[in-house]
Amino acid sequence: MGALVIAEHNNASLNVATLNAVAAAAKLGPVDILVAGHQCGAVASAAAAVSGVGKVLVADAPHYANLLAENVAPLVVGLAAQYSHLLAAATTNGKNIMPRVAALLDVAQLSDIIGVVSEDTFVRPIYAGNVLATVQTVDAIKCITVRTTAFDPVAASGGSAAVEAIAPGPDAGLSSFKGDELTKSERPELAAAKIVVSGGRGVGSSENFALIEQLADKLGAAVGASRAAVDAGYVPNDYQVGQTGKVVAPTLYVAVGISGAIQHLAGMKDSKVIVAINKDEEAPIFQVADYGLVGDLFKEVPALVAELSK
Amino acid sequence: MKILVAVKRAIDYNVKARPKSDGSGVELANVKMSMNPFDEIAVEEAIRLQEAGKAGEIVVVSIGSSACQETLRTAMAMGADRGVLVETDDEVQPLAVAKLLKAVVDREQPGLVIVGKQAIDDDSNQTGQMLAGLLGWAQGTFAAKVDVGSDSIEVKREVDGGLQILSLRLPAVVTADLRLNEPRYVKLPNIMKAKKKPLDTLKPAELGVDITPRLKLLKAAEPAGRAGGVKVADVQELVAKLRNEAKVI
Repeated sequence: MGALVIAEHNNASLNVATLNAVAAAAKLGPVDILVAGHQCGAVASAAAAVSGVGKVLVADAPHYANLLAENVAPLVVGLAAQYSHLLAAATTNGKNIMPRVAALLDVAQLSDIIGVVSEDTFVRPIYAGNVLATVQTVDAIKCITVRTTAFDPVAASGGSAAVEAIAPGPDAGLSSFKGDELTKSERPELAAAKIVVSGGRGVGSSENFALIEQLADKLGAAVGASRAAVDAGYVPNDYQVGQTGKVVAPTLYVAVGISGAIQHLAGMKDSKVIVAINKDEEAPIFQVADYGLVGDLFKEVPALVAELSK
Repeated sequence: MKILVAVKRAIDYNVKARPKSDGSGVELANVKMSMNPFDEIAVEEAIRLQEAGKAGEIVVVSIGSSACQETLRTAMAMGADRGVLVETDDEVQPLAVAKLLKAVVDREQPGLVIVGKQAIDDDSNQTGQMLAGLLGWAQGTFAAKVDVGSDSIEVKREVDGGLQILSLRLPAVVTADLRLNEPRYVKLPNIMKAKKKPLDTLKPAELGVDITPRLKLLKAAEPAGRAGGVKVADVQELVAKLRNEAKVI
């Protein structure tokens, strides 16, 4: 029967999160990719080149341009009978679309899977990652979102899938795109960065976040934040690492002025190496840190930037 | 416009959950329970819309055991007008929750439904989207700001990379994200007042909904722990370790 992966893209390029979802799908059977978009030929070509993909289905219409769930979900539902598994990366996009698909199909969804046990059994974190649940579904069609950090991406090249245009469905007319305010940054994308430097409430203000940014730039890192820092208004929400924000697993994660609340640890504890800088030596972050530096971040961070410049 | 808000009784935000020793589930005996934090934000938003003259009655719905009455009373103490408990002691998974909520929506005919984006127990992040799908309504998930018009609602959404603004036809389902608002503290006189507000109880069977679970929990386990590392004395030692020992920079 095989698996269908909903591509994550912006009509110009294929988001790497799709490659992680394909990696999970490949454990379940032959993989096709659905590209729903508008003037998205470049995305379809990129999807066809992804290693191990059988077929790329392309639905090109203006009302797919912004991947509105009201329009994309019925399209996926129309294709579902040909597949045993429907997957999407657990990005804000995948999380938005897939449950609507599942409801329309009258099947349960398995959210944010981190492991494939068999074709109907999966592992997923619950309670902020404090418990790992092994869950079996009875439904014939399995709707799944994939935690990208748990599956190494398949190669973006080497494949030669056939590209097949499919008829777009109608515009549901329920919702329309008005605009976006995307964070402009020269830094790597938080979810895919090899190094992440995050600041917490200890940073103290929006202005002081410049310190975090200087350290990030010195390391070529993405900038993240704890929920406390977002709540305090120091940085936008899309910086948030944690249960309710983004889950990251970089090679190096540097936590600055972050105490290490359960919900933050849920979003970064799978990082390869964790560094914590905090003035409170009892802070829970030190229990997961490979290297802990107890000290005042306003002194230590500039010193660290200076040391890295040597 | 009537607003319906769904609230879930969940493990308290500050409690660290643990699997039961036999791996059959999560240890919830004698654990502090509270309203799911995102649902609190949903209730607060409904109240603010009412205070701004953009909403009429606010109905809160909870699904679960009789203990959920407490959660409904909290929502009513915040300012919701009326409560509906769909009472069951059985496990209710997101798809069944969405079906029960749809049945309540069919009875109540609200112009807007607001729910939290995710419950902090099963972390599913599904119910709002499923409900919108079942109703054939528009969905504004992960809302950071809403602006209610006469026949549409503009929702600013938290998305990867920033914010997205959508216009949705009403009626619609909105799911609340963190920055939508900061919920108010409940004042004691309001807790007393909330006790007198109407609270109806329904059974899933009365709503004609089959809530049989589709997902079976085979095992609940603790994730592999992370061994704590070492403390370094200064930034020089830190950089040396990162370069020579961990080899990550």
